[in-house]
Amino acid sequence: MATEVMEVGDYMRDPRKHHFSPYMDNGGTTVAIAGDDFVMVASDLRLSRGFNIFSREQSKIFGLTPKTMLASTGCWADVLTLNKVLQARLTMYSHEHHDVMSTTAVAQLLSTMLYWRRFFPYYVSNILVGLDEEGKGVVYHYDPVGHMEKLTYSAAGASVSQIQPLLDNQIDALNMKNVTPPKMTKELAHQLIHDAFISAAERDINTGDGVIIHTITKEGTSEEKIKLRRD
Amino acid sequence: MALEALHGITRYHSKNEMLRDEMMIPDMENLSNQCQLAIPSIPKGEVNVGEYLVDETGRKIKLNYAHGTTTLGFKFDGGVIMAVDSRATSGQYIGSGNVKKIIEINPYLLGTMAGGAADCTYWERVLAKQCRIYELRNRERISVAAASKLLANMVYQYKGYGLSMGVMIAGWDKKGPGLYYVDNDGNRMPGNAFSVGSGSIYAYGVLDSGYSKDLSDAEAQELGRRAIYHATHRDAYSGGIVRVYHIKEDGWIKISEEDCKDLHYKYADEKSAFS
Repeated sequence: MATEVMEVGDYMRDPRKHHFSPYMDNGGTTVAIAGDDFVMVASDLRLSRGFNIFSREQSKIFGLTPKTMLASTGCWADVLTLNKVLQARLTMYSHEHHDVMSTTAVAQLLSTMLYWRRFFPYYVSNILVGLDEEGKGVVYHYDPVGHMEKLTYSAAGASVSQIQPLLDNQIDALNMKNVTPPKMTKELAHQLIHDAFISAAERDINTGDGVIIHTITKEGTSEEKIKLRRD
Repeated sequence: MALEALHGITRYHSKNEMLRDEMMIPDMENLSNQCQLAIPSIPKGEVNVGEYLVDETGRKIKLNYAHGTTTLGFKFDGGVIMAVDSRATSGQYIGSGNVKKIIEINPYLLGTMAGGAADCTYWERVLAKQCRIYELRNRERISVAAASKLLANMVYQYKGYGLSMGVMIAGWDKKGPGLYYVDNDGNRMPGNAFSVGSGSIYAYGVLDSGYSKDLSDAEAQELGRRAIYHATHRDAYSGGIVRVYHIKEDGWIKISEEDCKDLHYKYADEKSAFS
């Protein structure tokens, strides 16, 4: 005997709540350290979602101008969109002014752009690095809605809570008595970044696979890749 | 260029517009009109904007909120004292220990920061612009009352959208010292003493017990500093550096920026010297 299949329209079902969850955490960690005449910025190369690894070679650092770079982690879709929009704004600026935007101006622009989406934020932790008008290295750290802080070093993303205290101790000599903070050199910055990422990869599932380190000086930029644990 | 203008060709403009269309770059209105922010295309009743900031696993998204905060301001015969801590927390994590929670709007006006760090810095920056425009239009400085009202009216436009700010606007104008409290609900009120933030209950305790109109400058500054210090001691969401500002007839001056840790031992020494 054939049973009659009844069409059930959506409107006939029990009411149910649909959740709107537009955000995803794709992990990733970034670190930046500035010196008197250089700035170094690094990110790990793992892109993940929970315990799934999407990619082992995805840098989270974007070149904006010859003197500025942006390191972004968080929701990868938002990272890409934010970056696209920012790049376009910079292109428009250079068309209008026949000049590239200064690092300080990019820093304020990014803050304003993040706040534009105050009620539906880009889920992104940003670190903007570059050389300022005097050629000094600068680091700007942002929260997702555009609160900005100018620093000399910073970590962001999945392993902030592991790396930031290490940098506070090693660079600013925080909470140590009778210790003078060291003068930041490229060698020291490189060593600290290397160590920080090795430690983070040991303890955080969202950080690993490799590190890419960019260095900006007045001579130009250079990059280096270092391998990390791939498990 | 001149020839182009004569023919009504705006090459650079249209090039940019083309770029924007092709890449679907949103016209970020707040770059030209700072009071115009993006409103999400989701019915407001369905999802509480400002509240649905959780990722797929239900974890709250860290907005580097300065939720935990202690700020205070009070008027006395010698002007206005403002004192704040410097800790910014997102959840349990201390996002920063050196935040400048006193925002220098212009040489005669100060604003404080409690609530969302981005909300306070953004809107007080817009306020700074408005105050400067007022000066240029009217050839005189804006009053504290007018400045605080500008801010209150701006944030009132976004009432219910989830802005989070509790600020004090203080300064010196024709009427003398001025102090106003403004928050995200659109409240705005003048007063002699305010404290805002999670540590405010502790700060009020110290402030009220030592407050009088005729304090000397040094006494008033020390009262503000002590009130913030005690708040940082009892409130885990407050801490870092205690900053004290003093507003007098000829504008504000920065009095001190001291680490709570140093203040702690300083006050402990003073106490043991008495007993």
